[in-house]
Amino acid sequence: MQRRHLLKALTFTVSAALMGTAAQESLAQAKTVKVGVLHSLSGTMAISETVLKDVALMAFDEINAKGGVMGYKIEPVVVDPASNWPLFAEKARQLLTQDKVAATFGCWTSVSRKSVLPVYEELNGLLFYPVQYEGEELSKNVFYTGAAPNQQAIPAVEYLMSKEGGAAKRWVLLGTDYVYPRTTNKILRSFLHSKGVDDKDIDEVYTPFGHSDYQTIVGNIKKFAAGGKTAVVSTINGDSNVPFYKELGNQGLKATDVPVVAFSVGEEELRGVDTKPLVGHLAAWNYFMSVKNPENDAFKAKWAAYAKAKKLPGADKPLTNDPMEATYIGIYMWKQAVEKAKTFDIDKVIAAVGGQTFKAPSGFTAMMDPKNHHLHKPVFIGEVMANGQFNVVWKTKGPVKAQPWSPFIPGNDKKKDEPDGKSAT
Amino acid sequence: MAKIQGWCAGLLLVFCAQAQALDAGLVGRLMTGDSDEKSQAITELVVSGDPAVAPLLQAFADGDLQASGSRALITSGGRIVDAVTAEVLPALPDDHEDLVVNNRMRRELADALAVLKLLSTERADRLSAARTLVNGADDAMLPLVKKALAAEQDSEIRGLLEGVAASMEIRTGDTAQRMAAIIKLGEAGGSNAKKLLLPLTVKNADGTWAEPDGDLRAAAASSLRSIESRLAWGERVGLVFAGLSLGSILLIAALGLAITYGLMGVINMAHGELMMIGAYATYVVQSLFRTHLPAWFDWYPLLAVPVAFVTAALVGMLLERLVIRFLYGRPLETLLATWGISLMLIQCVRSLFGAQNVQVENPAFMSGGVALMSNLVLPWNRIIIIGFALVVLGAVSLTLTRTRLGLFVRGVTQNRTMASCVGVATARIDTWAFGLGSGIAGLAGCGLSQIGNVGPELGQGYIVDSFMVVVLGGVGQLAGTVYAALGLGFANKLLEAWSGAVLAKIAVLVFIIVFIQRRPQGLFALKGRSLDA
Repeated sequence: MQRRHLLKALTFTVSAALMGTAAQESLAQAKTVKVGVLHSLSGTMAISETVLKDVALMAFDEINAKGGVMGYKIEPVVVDPASNWPLFAEKARQLLTQDKVAATFGCWTSVSRKSVLPVYEELNGLLFYPVQYEGEELSKNVFYTGAAPNQQAIPAVEYLMSKEGGAAKRWVLLGTDYVYPRTTNKILRSFLHSKGVDDKDIDEVYTPFGHSDYQTIVGNIKKFAAGGKTAVVSTINGDSNVPFYKELGNQGLKATDVPVVAFSVGEEELRGVDTKPLVGHLAAWNYFMSVKNPENDAFKAKWAAYAKAKKLPGADKPLTNDPMEATYIGIYMWKQAVEKAKTFDIDKVIAAVGGQTFKAPSGFTAMMDPKNHHLHKPVFIGEVMANGQFNVVWKTKGPVKAQPWSPFIPGNDKKKDEPDGKSAT
Repeated sequence: MAKIQGWCAGLLLVFCAQAQALDAGLVGRLMTGDSDEKSQAITELVVSGDPAVAPLLQAFADGDLQASGSRALITSGGRIVDAVTAEVLPALPDDHEDLVVNNRMRRELADALAVLKLLSTERADRLSAARTLVNGADDAMLPLVKKALAAEQDSEIRGLLEGVAASMEIRTGDTAQRMAAIIKLGEAGGSNAKKLLLPLTVKNADGTWAEPDGDLRAAAASSLRSIESRLAWGERVGLVFAGLSLGSILLIAALGLAITYGLMGVINMAHGELMMIGAYATYVVQSLFRTHLPAWFDWYPLLAVPVAFVTAALVGMLLERLVIRFLYGRPLETLLATWGISLMLIQCVRSLFGAQNVQVENPAFMSGGVALMSNLVLPWNRIIIIGFALVVLGAVSLTLTRTRLGLFVRGVTQNRTMASCVGVATARIDTWAFGLGSGIAGLAGCGLSQIGNVGPELGQGYIVDSFMVVVLGGVGQLAGTVYAALGLGFANKLLEAWSGAVLAKIAVLVFIIVFIQRRPQGLFALKGRSLDA
């Protein structure tokens, strides 16, 4: 009996002491709020996604240095879903149930977004998705800070049709075989039909992920181009782009003859390529590192300093790109929305994000649409220069409203430009 | 006297033409106009024949031209010169701005500069200029092309220029000229000529012919047919070359495995990572050349090849000494152990060089290609890889058949006990043989770095293909590997041309599964009792 009492007493004192220290610790620290970062840091997508994790941490540091969000310091929870789509969903569940994050910034491929979407809807989380994508989706729990098709794909094709862009009459739609290129090409085909292009003048070609032998495809493009002025629309993703562009250069297919416009090739992807033979090929984005304005100068300087301080790989040649800018915008919009809602409560923050504006590094003021959860963004078309940067040859006058439901897919005209269940909150 | 006067007047005229500056109005339009006005201005400048036009347009094409209002400032060579007045400015004015050169401008500038170079005294300049113009140029430049054609002596350049003139006259000439142009293009033209002839043979939307003259239409159709049959040959040769190139890549990737797996029987899952090590060795050599010997940069492959071989061979020998030799005769454990090693090697490289791909730049002589036909360019890097694969194949087969090491390797693999009995140090031979196989994997990595990506996962993409080639060819000797590599290369490319890359890959895999079921020993099997031991 005696012994049991003693044990009980001991347990009690120990636990009391533990609780006491824990309480003291949390008092000593400032108030914190947990925020999730869900990007692949290993596997095939690490190449693109690692910098997004870094730029998010940079933005958190910057906000914390200025006093945090409503006085709360941001405490990032970084997880690594390792380019494994089901693992994305698992990690998202962990962030929402275990860490109870107030918001998550993450995902790159559409497959990973589709994988986490049910988790965010079930647990009522908040996700900011920073990459251009194919549209055809709206969720109350997701804010899309990348481009919808009408903010990237359609203007690029229109430019190539114009006299300035080379007045292309025939089109090769070349992509990696998964949902984003397939859907984008479906939209583009229907758009080209509406402009009077026949099916015989459209060639749709897909390659597997990680494809590295583009001899036949480049040969076929040449053959196709002999039938009239041709442009190539590339939705090739990841490092397959390097052998593709090498083959283009070596087989002597110049941008002045057959221009290639890419939707997933930015400054970071061209890091590993000799760009001299590629001068003149195009990319369409909502931001280029070469854009000249004070916001971008500040953004680039901050990033260079951060990369150097943290000794990030490639810090000797710091590069910024469009998804990095979109991540940065998303983080600040979340901060502003929290401050407007005066709470971290998910539903109230979601209601407050719509209508937020932010002076973006693109030089324009990006605005979150009050309804459809997408940004109003400017569109830039750039030509590759010999130094791997892009020279902007065309841009919109101002920000463009996103159309997540592309009018070029039948049946979309009846869909609401607002996620379901939102008006209820 | 009159003659002398004429001479004087002529001299004076020439003098005046040279002293006369560029037309400021034209240059102003070049600076401030929209694209249509700019291209008009370029044409008029070229037609004016002023010698100052070439440097101005060259500066424009190179991005060395700044606009300050309607003034054109050439900034090449560290000096700022007004293109019209030739005045040298100390600094750029505040209102200067870059002139945007897009694809359209770049093409028109290239055409304009080519036309200007057609009268150059250097043959190489004229030849490259004539090649640039195969698509034809602005119609206003036709007289200049004709003038160059009249003065040209060289038959090759004449041939090209006649094509250029024809591709311009087909749009602008009278009926006889157009007919001559159509026939000319049919005789010599390539895919560019096809593009010019096609519009003549189609119907408009309202059902009328785009080309009202029936004779011209018929001539165009027959010219098109002869062009197309010529182009078809280019496509066929291109297909064969693509198959050969893919086959040589498969061969070089599988050759090392043909030794470690084929001869020694080690299921080496780390084979791909040994290739990756070879590729990274190439990258390191390349970086050292870039920083220490930039003048000799083009020669770095000469050093990279032995370095890649030795590095991969050393890693392979270390592996054999530390791990694999304890596992001989236990294929399942070997498979698991080497797979674990491959993951470790990947992670090591990731920690050393970062997870991102590294940039291995081709030396200048491996960029570009040799133009065999108008629609067929064989890239140099692929030609060199084919040659490299042949050299490595020759070296390996000589090593195995003509050297003492080769004799021992064959002896040990055929009958280990007997070889040991006659005094061969079998354990040491195993190490050397594994080192040789690994070194060849390193060479493969060095070759692959010239055509694909170099990253930590490089090996993963080739390991399946390598095993496929060795198993299909028949485990145990080299000849089967060669046939299997080339066979798979051709089959893959033929199927790809016919059904697309995704289906071709599936079809090849299905074929191999069926084949291995029917003939598990592969294409060529060693006959004899020793294998069963």
